[in-house]
Amino acid sequence: MKIGLLHSLIRKDEKFLLDEFEKIKGVELVMIDDRKITFNLLEDNFNLDIVVERCINHSRALHALKLFETAGVKCVNTSKVATICGDKLLTSIALKENKVPQPEVRVAFTEESALEAIEEMGYPVVLKPAVGSWGRLLSKINDRDAAEAILEHKTVLGSYHHSIFYIQKYVEKKGRDIRSFVVGDKCIGAIYRTSPHWITNTARGGLATNCPVTDELNDLSVRAAKAVGGGIVAIDVFETEQGLVVNEVNYTMEYKNSITTTGVNIPKLMVEYILKVAEGM
Amino acid sequence: MKAECPICAAAIELSEDTVQGELLECPDCGTELEVVQVNPPVLNEAPKEEEDWGE
Repeated sequence: MKIGLLHSLIRKDEKFLLDEFEKIKGVELVMIDDRKITFNLLEDNFNLDIVVERCINHSRALHALKLFETAGVKCVNTSKVATICGDKLLTSIALKENKVPQPEVRVAFTEESALEAIEEMGYPVVLKPAVGSWGRLLSKINDRDAAEAILEHKTVLGSYHHSIFYIQKYVEKKGRDIRSFVVGDKCIGAIYRTSPHWITNTARGGLATNCPVTDELNDLSVRAAKAVGGGIVAIDVFETEQGLVVNEVNYTMEYKNSITTTGVNIPKLMVEYILKVAEGM
Repeated sequence: MKAECPICAAAIELSEDTVQGELLECPDCGTELEVVQVNPPVLNEAPKEEEDWGE
């Protein structure tokens, strides 16, 4: 079996995958560096059974997946999943359509209408770029003065996509949230991310500890994964008094700090799933 | 396998399973480096984070 690993930099996460693939007999791994590959749209005929997407750039991942799929190659994750997860608004729509609980979300396209939406929601709210990751450029807005300032800065200083105002009701999460890992139709593990800062991403210093996978967490995580198209995804979950709600879904999940924390061999389970998909499940 | 940090010139020992594109940190100056070539080993400063980087 010939497996393409689409990548740019090889981080610890990719290295763990390489190690697991090496243990499988009969697998030939083809490294595909997104900084070097070129596509010939009308001629490409890749001799690959599957492509595993592990890019760092969302835009490269998305377009490369589309190009591999149009050449008839199966991909994990699919371009559909990348499209939805790469855009917080599309994710929210997919969650809504599949009745997966999430915080209140409003969208506006001008400073004035965004301010009106924020005032109606009540403070605090979180303004997020629709496309973005690792907790970058998130703004927690506590009052009208801050709202006006942030909206003006985004409009004047940002590129056009920063004027698609994605506004989420702030969820008081008491210093932690949950990151759950879904492979196929199972939540294979989860961590709490704890931080004194309201942004709990481990990329921003959040501390990871094991989170037991309850039936509720498994059910919510798998439903969220299916809502965006399934595959291998990581779900960010808030604990609220009304139960668990989904914040975001990540399609090129990073897990290197969660293997020891959860005691789950995450890359091994990923590889097993990828092989099943390649074989046609 | 030994390589040289392009920033501080420290000698860096690479493990045998090092692959092209791999990220590592210089133990002396802490700079994040990319293995751009394995044999012979060549290191460059890793690319800077871009706006659409992430999960």
